[in-house]
Amino acid sequence: MAEAIDTRSSPGGDPRGGISNRPGKAGGGGPDADEQPGKRRRGKRRLRDISLPYFFLLPAILFELLVHVVPMLVGIAMSFKQLTEFYIRNWNAAPSAGLNNYRFAVNINGAIGRSLLHSLVITIMYTALVVGLSWFLGTAAAIFLQDSFRGRGLLRTLFLVPYALPAYAAVITWSFMLQRDDGLINHVIVDQLHLTANRPFWLIGDNSFTALVMVAVWRTWPFACLVITAGLQSIPQDLYEAAAIDGAGVWQRIRRITMPSLRPVNQVLVLVLFLWNFNDFSTPYVLFGASAPPQADLISIHIYQNSFVYWNFGSGSAMSVLLLLFLLIVTAAYLFITTRGRKADA
Amino acid sequence: MPNRSRRGSARSPMALPRSYRWVRRIGLTLLALFTLVPLYVMLSSSLKPLQDVQGTFRWIPSTWTIRPYFDIWSTVPLAHYFINSLIVSCSATAISVAIAVFAAYALSRYRFPGRRVFSVTVLSTQMFPGILFLLPLFLIFVNIGNSTGIELYGSRLGLIITYLTFSLPFSIWMLVGYLDSIPKELDEAALVDGNGPVGALLRVVLPAAMPGVITVCVYSFMTAWGEVLFASVMTDNATRTLAVGLQEYSTQNDVYWNQVMAASLVVSIPVVLGFLLLQRYLVAGLISGAVK
Repeated sequence: MAEAIDTRSSPGGDPRGGISNRPGKAGGGGPDADEQPGKRRRGKRRLRDISLPYFFLLPAILFELLVHVVPMLVGIAMSFKQLTEFYIRNWNAAPSAGLNNYRFAVNINGAIGRSLLHSLVITIMYTALVVGLSWFLGTAAAIFLQDSFRGRGLLRTLFLVPYALPAYAAVITWSFMLQRDDGLINHVIVDQLHLTANRPFWLIGDNSFTALVMVAVWRTWPFACLVITAGLQSIPQDLYEAAAIDGAGVWQRIRRITMPSLRPVNQVLVLVLFLWNFNDFSTPYVLFGASAPPQADLISIHIYQNSFVYWNFGSGSAMSVLLLLFLLIVTAAYLFITTRGRKADA
Repeated sequence: MPNRSRRGSARSPMALPRSYRWVRRIGLTLLALFTLVPLYVMLSSSLKPLQDVQGTFRWIPSTWTIRPYFDIWSTVPLAHYFINSLIVSCSATAISVAIAVFAAYALSRYRFPGRRVFSVTVLSTQMFPGILFLLPLFLIFVNIGNSTGIELYGSRLGLIITYLTFSLPFSIWMLVGYLDSIPKELDEAALVDGNGPVGALLRVVLPAAMPGVITVCVYSFMTAWGEVLFASVMTDNATRTLAVGLQEYSTQNDVYWNQVMAASLVVSIPVVLGFLLLQRYLVAGLISGAVK
C-alpha cells in the first residue's frame, strides 16, 4: 500500500488510491500546510490532510470507546441503581436508587461511609509512603550508578528484576516470606536476631500495613530508578565539568545540578507512581486475598469487596465514581501547581 | 557499554571523595540485599523438598532437588494456563502496538481539531482505577454475547481486547515522544521518494523509531502477562491465565511452597528474560519518550 505519488513534485498526475494512502505533507496538516504555496489541488489536499490523522487514530478511538469510555458511562449509570445480585443478568430492571448510593458512601456517621473514609485514609498513607520511599531509593540508586565502577552494569540489571517480575509471582514470594511460622522474616527477627520472643503476624493485624508498604516499595522503586537513570543521561556533561572546575564537591554537584535538572522528570514520575499505587489492586489482592485486614484495606480492594463479596454493585459503582473524582481533582491540582512552578522558572 | 570510556575520560578531572564512595558502597549494598533476598528465597525454595518449606524457614535446603519443577505441572494444570497467558499476551501486544504506532504518528506529525481532547482522554484513562471498568465491562461483554453471539465474557478474545487497551495510553504517549525526536525531514524525504504517509511511516519513520517500538512491546507484554484484577473475573476454567492459576497452589489446605516458588520462577522467566535482554532499548526509549 501507500505507493502514492507526491503531489508537490507532480501536481497533475496523481492516481487516487484508498483514502489512507493519500499523500499529505507529513510535516503537518494544519499550520505547516498553510505555508505551502497553494496550487490547483490545494482544496482537495487540505481535505485529505484533515481526514488523514483521524484514520490513523480510528482503531485507537474504537478500542478506547469500547473498553474505557462506554464502560465508564455505564458505571456512572449503575451508580444510580439499586443493583444487587438479583439484577446482575438483567441490570435494566434494577430499581433506581436516586442519590442513595452516594448518600451512604459519603455519610461518615453510617457504617458504609465510615469504612470508606477509613479505607481512603489508609490508601493515602500507603500511597504517600510508597511513593516517597520508592522515589528516594530510586533517585539514590540512579545517582550512585551514574559514575562507572566495576559491577555497575550488573547492579543496574539486578535492580530491574523486581520491576520485570510479574506482580503475582513477586507478591506470592513475599507472602511466603511473611508467613508467621515458616517465613523468612520471622526466622530472621525471632530465631536469628532474637528481637522479639513471640512470632508476630505479618499478614493480619497491625503489621499488615507495614508488610504491604514493604512489598509495594520493593516492586515500585526499580521503576523510579529506571526513569531517573534515563533522566540523568540527558543532563549535559559540561555542566558537571564546569562545576568541578569551579570547585564544587560531589554533594554540591548533586544538589545544584542533578536535582534541579531532574525536576521535569520528577514531575511526571511522582504523578505516575502516585496513580499506580493509589489504584493498585494486584499487591493487596495477592498478599491478602479478596478481603484485606482493616489495617491494610486499600480502596480498590474495599470497592472490590463491596461489589463481589457483598454483591452490591450500585454502591460499588458510586464509590468508584467518587474515587475517580478524587483522583481527577488531585491530579489536576498537582499538574497545575507543578507546571506553574516550572513556567515561572523558564 | 560504548559510553563507558567516554564517560570515564570526561569524569577523570572530578575525582570522587572517599566519603561519597563509602556512602555509595553502603547504599548500593543495602539495596542489592533488599532486591536479592526475595529472589534468593524464590530460587532456593523452589529447589527444596517439601519438609524444608513446612516449619521453620531454612536458608540452605537440607537436600537440593528439582522435583518441584516436575510436580508443578500436575498439581495445577500449569501448562494450560501458560498457553492461555501466552496467547492472550502476544495477541494483545501485537494489536496494541500496531494501533499505538498509527495513533502516535497522527499525534506527532499532524495538528488537527480534537488532537488535545484525544490525548487528554487517552492519557487520563491511564489514571482511572481498573475497578471502575470491571463490572460495566463485564455487563457489556455479556450483552454483546447475548445479542451477537460473539462470546467475550470468559473468552480469550475478551481478555485480549481489555488488555490491549490497558497498555495503549502509555504506548501512545511514549511513542509520540519518540517520534517527536525523529526529524520531520526524514518523512519529507520519504514522501519525495514517492511514498504515501503510510509508506513513509512504515518504511522510514518506524525503523528509526525501533527502540521506542520495542520498549512499547515489552511494556505491553508485561502489562498483559501480569494483570490480576480482570483475569480473576473475566476468565473461566478453560481460559484461566497464570495470574489466577498460580494462586491455586495456595488455595489448597496444604500449601506446597516449594512448588509455588518453582511455578513463580517458571512463569517469570519469559518476561524477566525479555525485559533484561531489551533493557538497552528500554532505557533508550525512556530517554527520548518519557523524559523530554
